[in-house]
Amino acid sequence: MNNHFGVVELINGPVVKGTKMSAFKVNEMVTVGERQLIGEVVSLEDEVATVQVYEETEGLRAGERICSTGAPLSLTLGPGMLGNMFDGIQRPLKKIEEISKIFIPEGIGLLSIDEDKEWDVHLTVKLDDSLGQGQVYATVQETLSIMHKIMIPPGIKGKIVEVKPDGKYKLKDTIAVLEMENGEKMNLSLMQKWPVRRPRPVSKRVPIYKPLITGQRVIDTFFPLAKGGTVGLPGGFGTGKTVTQHQLAKWSDADIIVYIGCGERGNEMTNVLEEFPALIDPRTNRPLMERTILIANTSNMPVAAREASIYTGITMAEYFRDMGYDVAIMADSTSRWAEALREISGRLEEMPAEEGFPAYLPSRLAQFYERAGCVKTLNDEEASITIIGAVSPPGGDFSEPVTENTKRFVSAFLALDKKLAYARHYPAINYLTSYSGYVTMLEDWYKENVADDMLELRAKMIRLLQEEEKLNEIVQLVGEDVLPNDQALVLEIARTIKKAFLQQNALHKEDTYVSLEKQHKMLIVIDTLYENTLKCVKIGIPISTIRKEPIFEDVIKMKYDVPNDQIELLDKLCEKIVTDYKELRQKYQ
Amino acid sequence: MRKEYLKLEKVEGPLIVLSNIQDVAYDEMVEIKIENGETRKGKVIKIDGDKVVVQVFEGTAGISTHNASVKFMGEPLKLPLSKEILGRTFNGIGSPIDGAYQVISQNKYNVNGRPINPVARKYPRNFIQTGVSAIDALMTLIRGQKLPIFSGNGIAHNELAVQIVKQAKIEGANSTNFAVVFGAMGVRHDDASYFMRSFEAAGVLDHVVMYLNLADDPITERISTPRCALTAAEYLAFEHDMHVLVILTDMTSYSEALREMSSTRGEVPSRKGYPGYLYSDLSTIYERAGMIEGKEGSITLIPILTMPNDDITHPIPDLTGFITEGQIVLNRELNQKGIYPPIAILPSLSRLMKDGIGADYTREDHADLSNQIFSSYSKVQDVRSLAQIIGEDDLGEIDKLYLKFGRRFEEKFVAQGSGENRSISETLNLGWKILSILPKTELDRLKPEMIEKYYRGKKE
Repeated sequence: MNNHFGVVELINGPVVKGTKMSAFKVNEMVTVGERQLIGEVVSLEDEVATVQVYEETEGLRAGERICSTGAPLSLTLGPGMLGNMFDGIQRPLKKIEEISKIFIPEGIGLLSIDEDKEWDVHLTVKLDDSLGQGQVYATVQETLSIMHKIMIPPGIKGKIVEVKPDGKYKLKDTIAVLEMENGEKMNLSLMQKWPVRRPRPVSKRVPIYKPLITGQRVIDTFFPLAKGGTVGLPGGFGTGKTVTQHQLAKWSDADIIVYIGCGERGNEMTNVLEEFPALIDPRTNRPLMERTILIANTSNMPVAAREASIYTGITMAEYFRDMGYDVAIMADSTSRWAEALREISGRLEEMPAEEGFPAYLPSRLAQFYERAGCVKTLNDEEASITIIGAVSPPGGDFSEPVTENTKRFVSAFLALDKKLAYARHYPAINYLTSYSGYVTMLEDWYKENVADDMLELRAKMIRLLQEEEKLNEIVQLVGEDVLPNDQALVLEIARTIKKAFLQQNALHKEDTYVSLEKQHKMLIVIDTLYENTLKCVKIGIPISTIRKEPIFEDVIKMKYDVPNDQIELLDKLCEKIVTDYKELRQKYQ
Repeated sequence: MRKEYLKLEKVEGPLIVLSNIQDVAYDEMVEIKIENGETRKGKVIKIDGDKVVVQVFEGTAGISTHNASVKFMGEPLKLPLSKEILGRTFNGIGSPIDGAYQVISQNKYNVNGRPINPVARKYPRNFIQTGVSAIDALMTLIRGQKLPIFSGNGIAHNELAVQIVKQAKIEGANSTNFAVVFGAMGVRHDDASYFMRSFEAAGVLDHVVMYLNLADDPITERISTPRCALTAAEYLAFEHDMHVLVILTDMTSYSEALREMSSTRGEVPSRKGYPGYLYSDLSTIYERAGMIEGKEGSITLIPILTMPNDDITHPIPDLTGFITEGQIVLNRELNQKGIYPPIAILPSLSRLMKDGIGADYTREDHADLSNQIFSSYSKVQDVRSLAQIIGEDDLGEIDKLYLKFGRRFEEKFVAQGSGENRSISETLNLGWKILSILPKTELDRLKPEMIEKYYRGKKE
């Protein structure tokens, strides 16, 4: 491979133009200037190439050299990613800290996952085995919860002609040799490279049928997410987007979590780093950090790397999906990514479309969300990627381009609401305007695995909430006291649904994660309360008397009072509701 | 010997364009000597082949295409810093304007700074007692936090900022390791002198470093003012282990300066004419607050901005809110009612509060109490709008209690004297006292044992 050189001609923030670059390719990674800043070619015109630079360009001079690397912006995929935190172009932040202490300087070069660490490798192939793309030839127990499978890169097949024994190997050590059909030999190590902007191939897509269980009541019961699905999570500032994303990262039942802090706050990423290692995954009893990969390109880090961070995250997710895992990827926030596109587009002097965003915004969003899905991998295993994208609409206005376009490409939409957040109703997911397109796809699963009446109860609760919304309009005009008793009861029950069920305390030990079984029982409790109080209303007992029964408070506090391992207490609560209101009716008659 | 260039190609607004220039670096500082002997500073903002665009800090008035000589300094804007900056006043590019000499130091710091590695950060946890009830109880300021004040023209934000500076009790800070860095961008002369007098009256002037860019100073210097201030803050906090409180006012003027520069450069505008990089640019200011693992010092940042037209969805407060860790919103209606500080409770928020309060830092009941106040006060708003329609007399008993709670809360809890310094336990007790207007059954965010311990109302 010949190295080509260009010459810096124009510098405008992160955008650099170079001349004499006709030998360069679009999307090729380059190093710019004496300090070898990392950049990527974004367009070519005759001899002139436009390069976006992933590092600060301060101090760069016209006339400095641009050097080719011959490859597009790629990731090194192999063991060493889990539990680690990277910047937008897969440079480990811990390593950067060792080099430069507090601040992130430019010109530290292209670092990636640790090449010196020795892994315990188990070879799963023997001499003369024929292997196709995506097939596993070795495994590494990367963390106690995750087995890392080392796979033949896509597009390659052949016969094993050399294989090393099990033992300790480093990332780049050859552990086997593959002879391809054309007779060429390929050394297989623990890693492979993959360009970030190209989706990794799969065997085929399969329909979605499993939910992504999050332990968050308003999501699992009201707006279920699906493994392989896409979710938009829009909300203005202060509505709890980040807390919601953190809750999903903590508790959803995916095997691997990729969390992208894209243009967000530094302290939030620090918080994740401090908090996650101490949290225990309820399914594996191992620290959550063992299944988590963090990508942090905070708002003050270079904007071009922010643009790349989304692709870095999804490529890592695809790599783990190819091993047969269910991966969930949280992007907080896609608006910052869209703004990075806008910023770079502006510097490239492209013609802006809506609100200054480039015209290709919708297609880029679509390309990103379409990398989600439930698939059969090349190795014929079932696996999935779920994308949960936070959106930060300016001024909380959902009609802006990023939210609008995101809505077109996601099937579940969890709208965070400012008014609920002001009243400290958390998670502030609006129960009337949010939707999930997965309810019908997951119907069978819920019937089989939770309960037959789960979705009926759900529909009933939603109906009550909608009715409350209508009644509230009347109440705002005439006050609550004039409502007939049965309508006043709807208000009371809807309030109970909100307080007892929809509001969930992320900081409370019992309430932060709730199993589907408990969610179902809680619904039954509320339903029992409704049916029994309705009977009281029908015989004319005033609503204030019904409401005074202490059992009402017990229902509201059940989320705290009933521990997750004693959910049979909820059955008792139901019985108590029935007897208490029976007594009340008898007393009244 | 550095070359001097004698001919300018173009002078436009604060920008000058030179051609046939070799070997110039992006962001490099430039010295411009004018015929009459005056020297000005500038910065390279674009290089296109041998053509260079320079932004002149002091403005281009008096410069013609052939009466100035331009020298490139070979390095970006750097500040010489030592502990002697305490008590001094500088302009927006770090030159002294208090009549004394420039600080002499071997150590020069690039004002643009570099992003803090998230791995190197220490998550801020310890609370700062400001003595202002509404802030301490409901939107607690945490050491190392960035918490802006969203205000409007004519609202008492300056008084509030001064009160915070005067009263703030930072854990671990004492008279030797506490400093205030004050950056003023485009503020009026009388505002600047108000701050100066107040610092003097509070006896903290020796601990204050000021970077002033007044309303009639050149806008190009306005853009470097907060950067100088934060560079000084980083120096004090991370090299001298000091606890630094940074006040930046007014971020709206700063953003407008940025917009003006952007439009002179002919850039593609995005929302309301602000440049597309406003978010990234603001974040390089706000994100410099924080604490570092293994370092004693801290930078707590309180930027003040005036919301144009009191509109919180305007790009400046909006983008700020997305970067900072909460916001303190001031409200014109409360201000007109004579309530000081006029803090609008509901839209205000401190994101770091949850980890910096409770038994270890303030008191066990703090978190639940503040949730309850938020939730009850939000109910007050509903009751008030109902009362406007049907009249107060027709409200139910409980609703009437809510109105009473709302009034008392605003008058006794939110309102306090500008010299009144309430301790956290005074604040929390006051909160309970006012909440006790409501019957126990309305307090659904509080644990029964808390109600048992602190509730002062009628025992039923």
